[in-house]
Amino acid sequence: MSTLRNSSPLAVTGKYLALGFYVAFALFPLYWLVKIAITPDKLIFTEGTALFPSEFTFENFQTVLIATDFLSYFKNSVIVSVGTAAITTAIAAAAGYAFSRFVFRGKRLIIALMLITQMFPLLMIIAPIYKIVAAVGLLNSLTSLIIVYTAFNIPFATFLMQSFFDGIPKDLEEAGMIDGCTRFEALRKIILPLTLPGLGATLGFVFTAAWSELLFALMLINSNDTMTFPVGLLTFVSKFSVDWGQMMAAGVLALVPSCLFFIFIQRYLVQGLTSGAVKG
Amino acid sequence: MTMIDTAEPGKKSRARPSFYFRYMVEPYLYLTPAIVLIALVMLVPLVIGISYAFQSVNLLRPFQSGWVGLANFEALWSDRKFWLAMTNTFWWTLGSIFFQFFLGLGLAMLLNTQFHCKRIVQALVFLPWAVPTFLSALTWAWLFNPTIGPLPHWLAALGILSEPFNILGDKHLAMWGPVTANVWFGIPFFAITLLAALQSIPGELYEAAEIDGATAWQSFTKITLPFLAPMIAITVMLRTIWIANFADLIFVMTGGGPANSTQILSTYIFTTAFRKLDFGYASAIAVALLGLLLIYAAILLVLRRKLVKI
Repeated sequence: MSTLRNSSPLAVTGKYLALGFYVAFALFPLYWLVKIAITPDKLIFTEGTALFPSEFTFENFQTVLIATDFLSYFKNSVIVSVGTAAITTAIAAAAGYAFSRFVFRGKRLIIALMLITQMFPLLMIIAPIYKIVAAVGLLNSLTSLIIVYTAFNIPFATFLMQSFFDGIPKDLEEAGMIDGCTRFEALRKIILPLTLPGLGATLGFVFTAAWSELLFALMLINSNDTMTFPVGLLTFVSKFSVDWGQMMAAGVLALVPSCLFFIFIQRYLVQGLTSGAVKG
Repeated sequence: MTMIDTAEPGKKSRARPSFYFRYMVEPYLYLTPAIVLIALVMLVPLVIGISYAFQSVNLLRPFQSGWVGLANFEALWSDRKFWLAMTNTFWWTLGSIFFQFFLGLGLAMLLNTQFHCKRIVQALVFLPWAVPTFLSALTWAWLFNPTIGPLPHWLAALGILSEPFNILGDKHLAMWGPVTANVWFGIPFFAITLLAALQSIPGELYEAAEIDGATAWQSFTKITLPFLAPMIAITVMLRTIWIANFADLIFVMTGGGPANSTQILSTYIFTTAFRKLDFGYASAIAVALLGLLLIYAAILLVLRRKLVKI
């Protein structure tokens, strides 16, 4: 298994030093975010470069939650991200199932079209989308964001679901169908329970993608009531560019949902990619 | 391609749906929602977007709209900002992909060995991938800020900067800010995909090499690299295209400034559409970017075919 077979003490020390460097590099910015968020305002400038604040406070979090529109941004983002994740996963699961289990005319064409959507600059369609959304009167609505994000995420989610379905033997549902189930019943009763990890990974992946999307939200939303988190935080920055502690506190709160989801899904994501790699 | 096989020998005796239903209708029942959404939200706007490049579509001047032929591209040709953005796109993409790839490869090789607390270390080093982009951009902008961030002070203490100033405000250094943030954000992607590929290399190969007296370097170049090559080729190509299109980090960190020194093509597209509402010109830049990326992909595919022959 091991590619570094040379286990002299020097090599081992070097390995742990290298790992330490990677962990420190990955965590340092996040640590700093938390550090400023819990530093009292009066100490931010005097202890600018100190690694630890000499005292800490949760005042910044309180102010952000109570005195700003933060909770409303948070709520909008949750609605958009959960809505997008749920709808995308349902649609992608159906499409991934079709790719995994059927041979049919037009399959190559549809796969090619889905690949194309992954290749061109998404910004290319920002202008047409703005005009279309404006024409149907959906500017400043969360619905438009959910529809747009769902479409953006379907191709990748479909390929992910397909690789999970490919990992489930066909014999299982065929046995069910011989016993008199229709294909759809076999899918619902036999296959779906087995693919729950795959559904979870797809949900988490799409959730984080929708949670962090900025440019389309910036273009399609400009009323304060329907701003999502990224847009809200960015206007927050330009409006109150002096209050570092509060901005960092808002940042920490934005981080929580996606990190929770990520910790939950990362195992399945590596699993899905590994089975994809084995297939070639 | 493992899913081609649909022979179902056990089902001969059962009355089953007609051939037509099974091959033409049933798959599409599952696919229709996906196809309809992708077509309506991505493919149709893509065609409209390309057509905008040949029109004058400016929301600030609504009465001057109409077909203008190649006028947008002529304006692009003599636009100094466009050429500057193209150069910047090159350096931004090259710098980001270089560090992301080599640091990611190193991390994947480390994670493919045994060590203490492996699960925790793996979750921690992959964490930057989960941080929302706008937030990584803001965080790194804050870290580079001399008021609250430590980086300028540390760089000055090391003698790299003459005094602690904000490198994001310096014309010659500003690009390093977004590149650093992008490297931080992108290492996990390469580490995850390359780790998956590394784990699929049979262990016996290394044992055989060891018995034959190969050095670590030899088994790396003769076994690991050839096995990783297909994965490296595809991930580097996809990531290059993705990074060249990736506007969020730069838009939040510097907005393309100072003096357009960090303006890349994708941020130029976004600011033209978002700030100036000049959709025609923005689409012309987007078509140019798309053309460049297609040329890049074509060159890479040809190179790959040549290399595989040898």
